[in-house]
Amino acid sequence: MRESLIRQRAEQFLGMLRHCQMLGMQVHGADEQSLTLRLPYSENIIGNPETGGVHGGAITTLMDTTCGISTVCVLPEFEICPTLDLRIDYMRPAEPGRDVFGFAECYRVTPNVIFTRGVAYQDDPQQPIAHVVGAFMRMGKVVGSAGGAA
Amino acid sequence: MTPMDLNQLVRQAHEQNDYDPLIQLIPYARMIGIECLRLGDDLVFRLPANRDCIGNPTLPALHGGVIAGFMEHSAMLHLLIFMGIPHLPKIIDFSIDYLRAGHYRDTYAQCQVWRQGKRVANVAITAWQTNQTEPIATARAHFKVDEP
Repeated sequence: MRESLIRQRAEQFLGMLRHCQMLGMQVHGADEQSLTLRLPYSENIIGNPETGGVHGGAITTLMDTTCGISTVCVLPEFEICPTLDLRIDYMRPAEPGRDVFGFAECYRVTPNVIFTRGVAYQDDPQQPIAHVVGAFMRMGKVVGSAGGAA
Repeated sequence: MTPMDLNQLVRQAHEQNDYDPLIQLIPYARMIGIECLRLGDDLVFRLPANRDCIGNPTLPALHGGVIAGFMEHSAMLHLLIFMGIPHLPKIIDFSIDYLRAGHYRDTYAQCQVWRQGKRVANVAITAWQTNQTEPIATARAHFKVDEP
């Protein structure tokens, strides 16, 4: 029951993001632990015209979105959580012609901040294209200052 | 695209003060609509307001990923244009701090190369909308700049 609710909320969230719709992003999997989104390969997201490799900006968009929406996995109710910061380490270039998956989980939830981490991969999650960490501010139900750390 | 072609494109862009052919080369940059303006010895990059780049529909605000992609690509172009690198620099890592909401309006970016070694370059990027002293995001990136 809970899983289908999380998936429904993730799909609803993703559906509101115009840029993600334009890129054709979809929810691939969602449960209480993690969220996986799919970014289909397209001509538009090529960053290297020689190799057909995907632009880092498209990977960043996938991972910012995946980490941001992964907050629905841990929050009892929908909250808006803007990104505080995001760091991406590229392990290897994305292979042209293949979809990219973004996986993310929230590894610490505080009243003010949610810490997320994840990977971008193509075929094998064990062989990621990129590692990601990101912190998100909780705006929804928290009263008081929006600034400061956890 | 050979190193010669890329060098030639950069030289032509300088001569004609038109960096558009360099931007048109990369499909992702074309999609989000990056522009490049030369102001004296400086380069300023512009991301014109584009509905397709909206992330938050209620504000409305640009998608943070687009702001990051714009900044990453600005840094890459900056290296290509100023540093005499004959091929596309490759991203190693990228870190961004979001300081203010990126509203649905034009966004600008400027880059600072803090170090360029033989193999790796470190670039800091600042993005703003209303006023350069009130950035909406700051970022830093490492690029691999030697032979691919």
